[in-house]
Amino acid sequence: MENLNQLVEEGLAAVEAAQDEGALDQIRVQYLGKKGVLTAQLKSLGQLSAEERPAAGAKINEAKQQVQDAINTKRTLMASAALRAKLASESIDVSLSGRGQQSGGLHPVTMTMERIEAFFAQIGFSVAKGPEIEDDYHNFEALNIPSHHPARSMHDTFFFDDGTLLRTHTSPVQVRTMEQQQPPIRVICPGRVYRCDWDQTHSPMFHQVEGLLVDDNISFADLKGILHNFLNVFFEQDLQVRYRPSYFPFTEPSIEVDIGYTGANGEQKWMEILGCGMVHPNVLTASGVDPEKYTGFAFGFGVERLAMLRYGVKDLRLFFENDLKFLSQFG
Amino acid sequence: MKFSEKWLREWVNPAISSDELIAQITLAGLEVDDVDPAAGEFSGVIVAEVVAAEQHPNADKLRVCTVSDGTAEHQVVCGAPNARAGIKVAYATVGAVLPGNFKIKKAKLRQVESFGMLCAGAELDINEENDGIMELPADAPVGGDLREYMQLDDQIIDVDLTPNRGDCLSIAGLAREVGVLNSTDLTPPTMSEVAPTIEDTFPIKVSDPQGCPRITARVVRGIDVSKPSPQWMQERLRRSGIRSIDAAVDITAYVMLELGQPMHAYDLALLNGSINVRKASQGEQLTLLNEQLVELNEEILVIADNEGAIGMAGIMGGNSTGVNSNTTDVLLEAAFFDPITIAGKARSFGLHTDASHRFERGVDYALQRQAMDRATQLLLDICGGEAGPIIEQVANETLPKGEQVVLRKQRLTSLLAFEFDDAQVEDILTRLGLELVSKDDAGWTFKSPSWRFDMAIEADLIEEVARVYGYNNLPSTNPVGSMDIPAKPEMHRPMSLLRHHMVSRGYQEAITYSFVAPELMAKMDDQNTPVALANPISADMSVMRTSIWPGLAKAVQYNQNRQQSRVRLFETGQRFIPSNDGLQQEDVIAGVISGSRDPESWHGKAESVDFFDLKGDLQSLFDLTGEGASFTFAKAEHVALHPGQCAAIFKNSEQVGYAGAMHPGLVKELGLQGPAFLFEVNLAALQAGVVPAFNALSKYPEVRRDMAVILDEAIAVSQVEGIIKQQAGEHLQQVNLFDVYAGKGIEPGHKSLALGLTWQHAERTLNDDEVNQWFDKVVTAMQAQLSATLRS
Repeated sequence: MENLNQLVEEGLAAVEAAQDEGALDQIRVQYLGKKGVLTAQLKSLGQLSAEERPAAGAKINEAKQQVQDAINTKRTLMASAALRAKLASESIDVSLSGRGQQSGGLHPVTMTMERIEAFFAQIGFSVAKGPEIEDDYHNFEALNIPSHHPARSMHDTFFFDDGTLLRTHTSPVQVRTMEQQQPPIRVICPGRVYRCDWDQTHSPMFHQVEGLLVDDNISFADLKGILHNFLNVFFEQDLQVRYRPSYFPFTEPSIEVDIGYTGANGEQKWMEILGCGMVHPNVLTASGVDPEKYTGFAFGFGVERLAMLRYGVKDLRLFFENDLKFLSQFG
Repeated sequence: MKFSEKWLREWVNPAISSDELIAQITLAGLEVDDVDPAAGEFSGVIVAEVVAAEQHPNADKLRVCTVSDGTAEHQVVCGAPNARAGIKVAYATVGAVLPGNFKIKKAKLRQVESFGMLCAGAELDINEENDGIMELPADAPVGGDLREYMQLDDQIIDVDLTPNRGDCLSIAGLAREVGVLNSTDLTPPTMSEVAPTIEDTFPIKVSDPQGCPRITARVVRGIDVSKPSPQWMQERLRRSGIRSIDAAVDITAYVMLELGQPMHAYDLALLNGSINVRKASQGEQLTLLNEQLVELNEEILVIADNEGAIGMAGIMGGNSTGVNSNTTDVLLEAAFFDPITIAGKARSFGLHTDASHRFERGVDYALQRQAMDRATQLLLDICGGEAGPIIEQVANETLPKGEQVVLRKQRLTSLLAFEFDDAQVEDILTRLGLELVSKDDAGWTFKSPSWRFDMAIEADLIEEVARVYGYNNLPSTNPVGSMDIPAKPEMHRPMSLLRHHMVSRGYQEAITYSFVAPELMAKMDDQNTPVALANPISADMSVMRTSIWPGLAKAVQYNQNRQQSRVRLFETGQRFIPSNDGLQQEDVIAGVISGSRDPESWHGKAESVDFFDLKGDLQSLFDLTGEGASFTFAKAEHVALHPGQCAAIFKNSEQVGYAGAMHPGLVKELGLQGPAFLFEVNLAALQAGVVPAFNALSKYPEVRRDMAVILDEAIAVSQVEGIIKQQAGEHLQQVNLFDVYAGKGIEPGHKSLALGLTWQHAERTLNDDEVNQWFDKVVTAMQAQLSATLRS
């Protein structure tokens, strides 16, 4: 029994010194196995008196447990060290690029139109579309622009030999909508439009979004309200907005809307942003809507212009060159 | 319309600054485009007289002038060819500061001292004249300050008038407008009727009273056109952008600017017999004042004498009867031509004149006599002579009478969401020149003024009230409407879904022009003849696309030329296909891929895209409809595509598009690097989806059997799959093709397909026997129909 403590100490030292699972296993067999040195101690209990046996047995078991615990602890340590080593060997450079396709991106004109559509969808406007090759009636006549009208010279129109034309604005969609539907009408009409004009600030093809609201008692105040609201939401700013009388044959009163900004010298400046007005009674009548019963407003803006202002694009021509270095900037 | 602010203020002078005036008229709808000073910034320039001009002793092109400022004489060296004794000039004295902060100092030019400088118009930013020094009128006050004498402390305001505001194309009209906006009365110059001193008249007839409801004319004899028009008149014309021609012509232009009435002066001696206002005969010729020879048609209203047309009415006079340096007797003419008769006619001859601009928009139909008197008076004052009585032809039945317009208070209030005082409405409208005909509790009846052609209906008057009151002063609210939820069919796939899907597959959205070059279009679509624009911007943009491919192909080319070798683009838009049922304007989605499959990276060698990359993108797009399986690809031919890599795309049995490799010939022709793969699909087929319908899940296990078959390489996999689906029984769930092999171990001209077939029963476990039976049926059918053999 005297050497019990010494056996334990030797066992613990052996555990401490063990380098791998195999060595630990050997130690376990050597000390705790059936023929192990500590197990052998139990066999010597028979030489003791019945009174002494329980205490001596407990001591031996305690010694065995001590060695077992040391082995367990060491084993756990070894396992976690092995895991650490494995993990260390598996580490990667997370700054390397990912695999596979990168995301493309929408054209800034589409992004702008989608935003506008979403704003107006929230207040119950639906999207209406129409043909790009239009007839004279829908592009002009029905919009109160008869053939002799001076306003026609403001629209540099592309014609086809059969008298049809490329729509010069999205307003014909208004007409087509009203021909098919009675108020309440809330539509926005995004799309391509064409003017026979090409220079730094004009493209022969560009995009407009037209809006139309016709219902009971729609007033000039409603038009002002909705547009100011829209511009604030679009530019995410509390904008200064002013309304200037203008002239479009299909609206009356007709308005041009300017937004205010501060010039380089701190002065108040204004920038024209869109045209709008109360739908002309002749237009309502031509499309089968009773102007005595209903009133409405229409507005229209150039999408490229809004996109240029929103995203800081300085040159209109970039929109149609389809340079990937341009397109990929809009995500 | 450009005008001098000083001239306007002579007519109406509200107590507001220039800036306020400009802001005010802009906010009244007369948009100010530009404001320029009437002259550059300078000081120390006076009127002087050249008393002597001698040749410079040391320089051929210089003269040594002696100029008098009225009190002293100064020596000035001058290089202008017109520097000569006796003329009045603009003299920049020593100490003067010219535009650009150019200070005039005493100088020595080739050893001769010079005290100051004689100025050209351009040097003072008065005009563009730089060929010689400015010659001032003989009556210019020597020693007087030039700015003061020429009233140069003035601004040229350029207003961009909308087509409905022809009434503002004159100082009188602008003044009327400014008067209304400021509630200020007008102070026009005194104008009175000119009593005739001779009895001469000229026979005038109007054969087309529709086109010319009123014409007035007057004979003035014995005028002297040798002297130019006075300096003040020339300056006012200049500030309105009109160059001085001669006194008679200047006077007609001046009256047009002042009152808005275009006028014409004929040399009486050159008129033959009588004047008639009529429609031209077809092919009738006329040489205009600008020497352009025009061939007229029956739509064109002309002024004619007994020999033929002498002017296009309301547009431009002829050059055979105009005032010239020999003219002594003139016939002045002022007419009202019907706007609709004149509209568009000038443009059809490539012309645009001050007269046509005004007549198209409407000239005050009551103005002619006043304008005639004003022009006569100016002519007599400036050129002398004796005037006959006014000759006038009026067709009362075609002369506008002014519209009577009812304005309802209730309508005014509801449309503007604002309640006006009655007095305010009446003040605004009567100041604008409307005549209050009657009023009651419900509203008013007004008669529109003779100078406004845009006041025919109630909305016109409401607009005027709103405009003068100020759009910005009217209330603003958010509209209130019923909160219906509009129908939004779930089966309809929105455009944005399709676009965003393409974006997540790595495509960049392009927008290309709808008009393309006809040659390229023909190379990419030989089935349709595109519609051609009558007036294209350029030959390269002259036909409407029948496919989006030409635009995309050019975009690939553009990017490849800019070192972008990997291109993935898509576009949505209309294509324009002529057909027997008329032009079809179809919405399509099209795309192109070229370059490496993945972006260049460390993941390994970048492989080039092939047909199946494109097809994979398309199939994922088709899956958005919820019925991807109804889309199939079949071998096809297309002029733009590689004959061996071209597929027609079907949705069920309807063809909805094409996909394939761009034809190598086209690739070469476009100078593209490497192959490109194209697709184009009708959007309607993609937007029409299905609403998902749930199928009960089976609790029983799936059974899978794999097979490898060897068959002729020309047999399409779709054929094999078709046979399997036919023969494998109703419980077949899926067929997976997991290998295609040709080469070693396979007979040449053949290929091996490895297929996995999966069965599952909804209500029970399948047993081996029945599965084997289906499997055998498939094998047998393949042997029989495709001469396929099982690979051992």
